[in-house]
Amino acid sequence: MAQLKMVQAINQALAYEMERDDRVVLLGEDVGRDGGVFRVTEGLLERFGSERVLDTPLCESGIMGAAIGMAAYGLCPVPEIQFMGFTYSAFEQLFAHAARIRSRSRGRFTCPLVVRTPYGGGIKAPELHEESTEALFCQVPGLKVVVPSGPYMAKGLLLSALRDPDPVLFLEPTRLYRLIREEVPEGEYVVELGKARVARAGGAVTVVAWGSMLERVLKAVDGYDAEVLDLLTLSPFDIGAVLASVRKTGRLVIVHEAAKSCGFGAEIAATVAEEAILHLRGPILRVTAPDVPVPLAKLIDHYLPGPKQIRAALDQVLQY
Amino acid sequence: MPLESIGKFETKRLGVLNERGEADPDLMPQLSEEEIRRMYEFMLLARVFDERAVALQREGRIGTYPPILGQEAAQVGSAFALSPGDWVFPSFREMGAHLTLGFPIAQLLQYWGGDERAQKAPDGLNIFPFCVAVASQIPHAVGAALAVRYRRDPAVVVTYFGDGATSKGDFHEGMNMAGVFNLPMVFICQNNQWAISVPLRTQTATTSLAQKAVAYGFEGVQVDGNDVFAVYRATREAVEKARGGGGPTFIECLTYRMADHTTADDAGRYRPPEEVALWRERDPITRLERFLEARGAWTPQRRVEATEKAARIIDDAIREMENVLSPAPAELFDGVLAALTPRQAEQKKGL
Repeated sequence: MAQLKMVQAINQALAYEMERDDRVVLLGEDVGRDGGVFRVTEGLLERFGSERVLDTPLCESGIMGAAIGMAAYGLCPVPEIQFMGFTYSAFEQLFAHAARIRSRSRGRFTCPLVVRTPYGGGIKAPELHEESTEALFCQVPGLKVVVPSGPYMAKGLLLSALRDPDPVLFLEPTRLYRLIREEVPEGEYVVELGKARVARAGGAVTVVAWGSMLERVLKAVDGYDAEVLDLLTLSPFDIGAVLASVRKTGRLVIVHEAAKSCGFGAEIAATVAEEAILHLRGPILRVTAPDVPVPLAKLIDHYLPGPKQIRAALDQVLQY
Repeated sequence: MPLESIGKFETKRLGVLNERGEADPDLMPQLSEEEIRRMYEFMLLARVFDERAVALQREGRIGTYPPILGQEAAQVGSAFALSPGDWVFPSFREMGAHLTLGFPIAQLLQYWGGDERAQKAPDGLNIFPFCVAVASQIPHAVGAALAVRYRRDPAVVVTYFGDGATSKGDFHEGMNMAGVFNLPMVFICQNNQWAISVPLRTQTATTSLAQKAVAYGFEGVQVDGNDVFAVYRATREAVEKARGGGGPTFIECLTYRMADHTTADDAGRYRPPEEVALWRERDPITRLERFLEARGAWTPQRRVEATEKAARIIDDAIREMENVLSPAPAELFDGVLAALTPRQAEQKKGL
């Protein structure tokens, strides 16, 4: 089995599905000739032609809106928004249309598209290139939000997302594109959306993470009896898996790289408080970025949660 | 380097029927007597629908409603030029187009009565739900046109919007993409000259909206929007051009919103009554009647009869609309996703 980086695994998933299903078309800025700014779509223009890999003008709202029209017409478009910070220009299309077309038209029109966008910090990029505002999108009913944590998961989740009948926002942790290599089967396999994964079993504390934080959490918990849950899908998130683990360990730490206030960690904490508060032996702790805009390179290491903060939270909650 | 001129552009304005109801024989589109009669009846149907919808709102029988009074020619004339397989991405003030395309009338009223189920277009009618977020439907039409091209389908994609929409980013992004990809599209702008309280001159610094197409590399034409023949002719030509691979066209139908923005608005606060009176004299239905009268095909009695016929149709639709049972609370969850999430399933049980 080939050892692939995440960027290659995603490329393989796109190529596999384009081969299998002629409704799948890619569109976005620089996705064609250039192969995408991270080279995720490299080689696909040559292989599938310019009718299926569309280099568009620079217009995020137009790209997203066009993808919605394509999806309503019966295609499975995969719009790429070059960086998560650029999805804000396409916000209205995602919120007001992609997530609502099925319900507004009572199923007459649907929106099976997969928005791919690199997300997250740690790559020394300019402003708006390292955002992780996933919680904004989780607030929207009708939109699924998926975040792979490595190459294997990325391919399996993307194949599921491409076959999902509803719009999916597929957030690709930029820092992980080339950081980890994993064995990735060449052919078909899918990872079900909406299911978390136990990335490491343990008994004393549950740590929930996703995306690029998972890699840091796994390093940080070395030496602790911690169970690490890789959430993988944020909307809808696997409530059952979180509750089962918390009921077992009695302690919960949530780690995300987005700002703390109203981050997705708040949703998890509130759900656990509603459903399993009597199983808790200590407070639910969140390890997050501070409530400030994502900084440029000089300060990014002070912004992103690191092993030190994660271990401090573990130490604190384990005192109870 | 000399100072050179690198381009010269002109924007045309099309009118067929003047205010006295005289048609220019060179520009008059090919229409049978029967087709002209149907156009007239659709315009009256739209007028009666609109009057009744406003009345229903005043009586509390439907919710806020955006009147189409004065825009019947722009709506009926353009929709009349489409074929059954074409796709339409409307905004929220084209009920005359909906009626012409055969959208069920009871369903139109049901929607304005607050029932989302009514947005489900019948099978075979490719008309997208009303779009309330101004201009945001325009990129959808672009996407559908890309899909038409990819599928090698003969369809043309039409999007409707108002003058206010031309100030929004989505209008420009959509127009640009349509030009770049030479898509089989027709952009129909109903320039009714008021975006709530903001008049056209505060909306744009250009002398016409049609000229905006120049910037995107395709044809824009201004049409007398109260002249049903001119609107029909321009749309028909644009649709045929699009179907033949000739690319997109932008049509500005210069018309006037004779009523308030919605039933929740009072245009008297911001609009001079003389202006409204001027446009009342340019009523598109009266103009068509003058044309028909000169050909011996119209009498006041005919209007009475046609209005009565339209009223019967609308009365039946109102009855049908009011007989529809309200949606059950559980229908809140219908179609949010193809399958309920575990949390939604839980919430639905708890209703």
